[in-house]
Amino acid sequence: METTDIGLWGVPLAMLGGAIRVSTPFIFVSLGEAITERSGRINLGLEGTLVFGAMSAYAVAVMTGSPWLGLVAAALAGLCFGLFHGWICKFPKVNDIAIGIALMLFGTGLAFFFGKPFIQPSAPDLPAIPFGAWSDIPQVQAALNVNVLFLIGAALAVFLWWAFRNTRVGLIVRVVGDSADAARAMGLNPNTVRLLATGVGGALAGIGGAYLSLYYPGSWTERISSGQGLMAVALVIFAHWNPLGCFAAALLFGGAGALGPALQSVGVTQGYYLFYAAPYILTLIIMIATSSPSRTLAGAPGELSITK
Amino acid sequence: MVDTVSSPDVRTILDAGGYRAALEWTARRAEAFVIPLAALVVGMVLFSLFILAVGKSPMQLYETMWRGGFGSWFSIQNSLSRGAPLLLAALCVALPARLGLVVIGGEGAIVLGGVAAAAIGVALNGAPSFLVILLMGVGGAAAGGIWIGVVGALRHYRAVNETISSLLMAYIAIALMNHLVEGPLRDPASLNKPSTQPLADIYRIGNIPGMEVHWGLVVGILACVLSWLLIEKTRWGFAARIAGGNVRAAQVQGLAVGPLIVGFTALAGGFAGLAGMLEVAAVQGSANGSLAAGYGYTGILVAFLARHNPLAIIPVAVLLGGIDASGGLIQRRMDLPDATVLVLQGMLFIVILFSETFYGRFKLFNPDLWQRPHFLKGNV
Repeated sequence: METTDIGLWGVPLAMLGGAIRVSTPFIFVSLGEAITERSGRINLGLEGTLVFGAMSAYAVAVMTGSPWLGLVAAALAGLCFGLFHGWICKFPKVNDIAIGIALMLFGTGLAFFFGKPFIQPSAPDLPAIPFGAWSDIPQVQAALNVNVLFLIGAALAVFLWWAFRNTRVGLIVRVVGDSADAARAMGLNPNTVRLLATGVGGALAGIGGAYLSLYYPGSWTERISSGQGLMAVALVIFAHWNPLGCFAAALLFGGAGALGPALQSVGVTQGYYLFYAAPYILTLIIMIATSSPSRTLAGAPGELSITK
Repeated sequence: MVDTVSSPDVRTILDAGGYRAALEWTARRAEAFVIPLAALVVGMVLFSLFILAVGKSPMQLYETMWRGGFGSWFSIQNSLSRGAPLLLAALCVALPARLGLVVIGGEGAIVLGGVAAAAIGVALNGAPSFLVILLMGVGGAAAGGIWIGVVGALRHYRAVNETISSLLMAYIAIALMNHLVEGPLRDPASLNKPSTQPLADIYRIGNIPGMEVHWGLVVGILACVLSWLLIEKTRWGFAARIAGGNVRAAQVQGLAVGPLIVGFTALAGGFAGLAGMLEVAAVQGSANGSLAAGYGYTGILVAFLARHNPLAIIPVAVLLGGIDASGGLIQRRMDLPDATVLVLQGMLFIVILFSETFYGRFKLFNPDLWQRPHFLKGNV
């Protein structure tokens, strides 16, 4: 693609395109984590799930030639990881945060173990829709080339926002997350609800991983994830466990993540590595700004260990 | 009562009491050894099943692992060398854990400690070697200490979750290192692998006499022993254990929880920073991307396996150093990916955390629940 010189306008444009491209895994992981945390557990292992999802999606796409089968494989793998976390955390004295750290290392290790043969071959990509076809400027076309998963993620955020308020399942998840005793009094089994919520959360994180390896950056390497799974956990806190907030926060993070490459594309190379730290710094600042030692966060599930 | 002391009945009972006391003493302490060891065995059995499932022989794998980690004097020295930074990295997790904090960003403190030490070593080129090495150590520890101390301060004064913030800080630290090593501190002569200028030979830390293991091992073991003394034998350690058990109770008692948390996290980060300094001064000779070799993450596993007991960290770090060291041999001999070791570590980690659920569950380890022998009934 030849580029038209559009000067410094390239930076915000590249950041917009980057925000859409980079944010998609954040959307899926943070929506998944929002479901899990709303049920009262925290799963830090989504980082490992993301990497394993990326590997399994790529491997299945290479072997079958279908990126959609890869996506299904990633979701199933994520479901297994989530169910495992949900099952093991029901035992007394088993700490959900520590198990998450262990699953982060285990998922990453397992992905590297099985992913070795798939570093070389190339897999088919997930399709994108060219919303920028009206423009003659290649940069605009590139920025508005939106992957279907981004649109699915946006729809999912709206659906979850509605479902948490208006459906039976949504209310059950919230009751279990706010008070296990109240849930038990209603005849609900908190462990079962959390098992399923963590499982669904894992499946969504697996889909986020599939996006990484099948669209952007679009190949399987051992450095494919750089903490997206973990940042998504912080992002859920920032979004006050609201799915729409998760979507907005994911876009913001995507934009921050796109800052480095965007500046590089217009020839700024000074402090290149520091711009790569932008999403992490932004997350940290947001966490400092939204946390407070004297009050609990608005919308925080009462059973969540991380806010106690 | 005085009359009956000499009667054989009572003597039997007293003897039985002494025997019983010894048994109770053993039983109460056995739990802390038996459960982790059983968990290790279960983890290794599960890993054997995994290896069987991918079509290799677990026996051959463990044999290779033993040979690569502990089978010869050469491999033992290799394991000890890899265990040395793990000692310090594990302390970075274990010390905050005694206060109830889960800090997992030791990697960042290691990286920055290494960069600070390298910068000091290059800047002071020409000064007496003992002074420069000392300042490198102090600088490395200070860099790491500030980095993790900030995590502790944010936790206490702003209620920012320390697990997430420490890991974010680790990513920021690695970006900072890349920036410094590729930019302001770069040695123009380092082409393929951007590095700081190499340290002069007199500022390098050598090996322990008679061994191919650098002095970092001694530093690490000393740090573990001192940390154990700090936690178990000083009033700061006592205060920390109270705060770790129940923050409110500690505050009611008038303990200064804030300074305690900041102090412990800064000390923990200081140890990790020291690990980075040792990597630079004893192994790499300059600061470069190899500093982020994952010692910080393996250190998490070491600390959890040792249940955050600094003395238990010493054998566990050597064990995991050995498993790490055998990775290359496993790859060559058995045609398995180098990530095999990561899978084993992940499995052990999960099983060890799961084993927490068994503490206090077995009557065997709790003499208070033992049934008294019937001949003692009514006498005690």
